[in-house]
Amino acid sequence: MSEGAILSWRSWAPWVALALALVLLPRLLSSGSSLTMMSLMGIMIIFALSYNMLLGQTGMLSFGHAVYYGLAGFVAIHAMNAIAQNKWAIPLPVIPLIGGLAGLAFGILFGSVSTRRGGTVFAMITLGVGELVASSSLILRSFFGGESGITANRTKLMPLFGYKFGPQIEIYYLIAGWAFIAILAMYAITRTPFGRMCNAVRENPERAEFIGYSTQTVRFIAFCLAGFFAGIAGALAAINFEIMNALSLGAAQSGTVLLMAFIGGIGLFWGPILGAILVTFLQVTLSDLTGAWMLYFGLLFILVVMFAPGGIAGWLALHGPALRSGRLGRLLPAYALAAVPLAMAAAGAILIVELAHHMLVKASSDGSLVHVFFTTLDGASPWPWLAALALLGVGAALTRLAWGPVRSAWAAVHAASAPVDGPAEAAVVPPAAQGVLPT
Amino acid sequence: MSAVLSLADVHKSFGPTAIIRGVTLNVPTGERHAIIGPNGAGKSTLFHLISGRFPVSSGTVSLHGRPITGLKPYEIYRRGLSRSFQVTNIFPRLSVYENIRCAVLWALGYKYAFWLGVDALRSVRERAEAVMTSIGLTRRRDVQAGVLTYAEQRALEIGLAIAGGADVILLDEPTAGMSRGESEQAVQLIRTVTQGKTLIMVEHDMSVVFGLADRISVLVYGQIIASDTPRAIRENAAVREAYLGQAVH
Ligand SMILES: Nc1ncnc2c1ncn2[C@@H]1O[C@H](COP(=O)(O)OP(=O)(O)OP(=O)(O)O)[C@@H](O)[C@H]1O
Ligand SMILES: [Mg+2]
Repeated sequence: MSEGAILSWRSWAPWVALALALVLLPRLLSSGSSLTMMSLMGIMIIFALSYNMLLGQTGMLSFGHAVYYGLAGFVAIHAMNAIAQNKWAIPLPVIPLIGGLAGLAFGILFGSVSTRRGGTVFAMITLGVGELVASSSLILRSFFGGESGITANRTKLMPLFGYKFGPQIEIYYLIAGWAFIAILAMYAITRTPFGRMCNAVRENPERAEFIGYSTQTVRFIAFCLAGFFAGIAGALAAINFEIMNALSLGAAQSGTVLLMAFIGGIGLFWGPILGAILVTFLQVTLSDLTGAWMLYFGLLFILVVMFAPGGIAGWLALHGPALRSGRLGRLLPAYALAAVPLAMAAAGAILIVELAHHMLVKASSDGSLVHVFFTTLDGASPWPWLAALALLGVGAALTRLAWGPVRSAWAAVHAASAPVDGPAEAAVVPPAAQGVLPT
Repeated sequence: MSAVLSLADVHKSFGPTAIIRGVTLNVPTGERHAIIGPNGAGKSTLFHLISGRFPVSSGTVSLHGRPITGLKPYEIYRRGLSRSFQVTNIFPRLSVYENIRCAVLWALGYKYAFWLGVDALRSVRERAEAVMTSIGLTRRRDVQAGVLTYAEQRALEIGLAIAGGADVILLDEPTAGMSRGESEQAVQLIRTVTQGKTLIMVEHDMSVVFGLADRISVLVYGQIIASDTPRAIRENAAVREAYLGQAVH
């Protein structure tokens, strides 16, 4: 290992696996809809990871991260149009770099104001900047294109090695390539002096100032870098959709990226990757299935905040020690037992949401018959409601009961994995804390 | 005699209450200087003023002959002054090694580098490991700082203060709350890690103070009433009355 190298060869293994997965996925899932979805997931992975440079790594809660994604997307759209019009020799795969630089520039511009303070003040300023940019997007019609947005044609740029990037599969590989580079770069940054100091500032900003670091500068650099990677994601979105409109830089988009990062888990580097994949999948599939899909996101978010504050990644990481010691199997019976009432409660909740959504939104035009779970129920009759409530209530109660076995299974796993020689070291890091810590 | 740290008529008020009421103090290079005084005398406040945590109300603080009043804590640190805190102030969810490593990065010149792999920086690793050895926490390398024992956290607190190799070190009650054995170890530790440096420490434990200090200043109600060798302080009538009378039996 040479002095200053970011990653040693041993740590390359997961990256080779990731590259292989990105290359081979379209072979396994080759339908048009899965290509579209995977392209979107790749974009959102970059976006969510860039968000977590702020929230998870540096402890900065931003409510306006879509500003950098959206503005960079608009810059990318205009760049594509200008390049096509002037026949400049710039191929499409370079556009995300232009987007990244745009994100960086806006990060420098707005970050110089918003990162002066941390904590709540920072959060409030990001909210204000988000509103400011969103409202000016409706005024500056020539740049933002008003309600309809701005379109571009990605195939009009100079072809690269004969590829014109018309078909979705070519776009998928363009996104996958950029996603690989961005994920690797963002991971590498966590392993640098700056990345370590981001964690220190997150943990104890005051002390960081007494070991030589300006917390304001750390926050500012983190903010600019996050803007850069969000800009790459925004430009990829512009390429993917060939249209940008003001929604992409608004509060809803900023909320979505927060949701992705948090549901996936902000305490581990790969948490937001999981979150971006899951939330994108749900967004695409649920929005086809039900009009109440936003409500499910809210519920999912609340459940994660309440029961798994480390997110899905944090929860999965809890199982690491048990997996390594080969004791994961002992947990499975208890989990299986708890899964049954949990599924009951979920079914009850879904029924209630669907009945309510139908009766409140659609009943006046479509009548009171609700199609849900492969059957048809009458929302005007009390029985489906009572059944749903019973399902939810009984399911929730039984889940509480099933929690006992889960707890004792965990206790057994812990008791069995206490080492014989070094009791002090093993006892000190509680699994709950491990799950939420970046490593 | 060149003073590495000097305070000239320093005042500090919180609102209408004057806490530091005209402190003048010169600490020569290489001295081990103790500040003693009753609870609430303003010792910690004085440290906060020197290290930039609070701004002074009036007066000047100079380090290496240059004024540092009004500078930010990190600017003062970069001029060679580092400190520990009376109330443990560490990075609780980072490991012991990460804590120490963060504290050596600036001093070794890596600053905000986001293009160098930190694990491969040999100078950083060696310095961090040396500091861990000197504070006796090598065995606890990968333990989260927040779950260390109290005495271990105090050792880490000192480690953070000395890791960067600052030449002026302020320690605020480094042995507070320790048992006799632990505090003897801490004194030994402080003696070795501050070799060749200027040390200013606040301390309540008189055996620690008289064992370690070259000179002692007595701070009472925001003013230094005496500043002298340990022997002279022990015999000073005003000091005995104001302070030692209650502390030494
Ligand atoms: N931020 C603050 N605002 C208002 N008053 C303060 C503040 N910090 C300290 N004080 C007051 O200043 C006085 C001196 O406090 P300081 O902590 O400096 O005393 P000390 O000599 O270190 O005492 P101890 O031996 O208990 O540590 C106390 O009366 C305290 O209440
Ligand atoms: Mg004090």
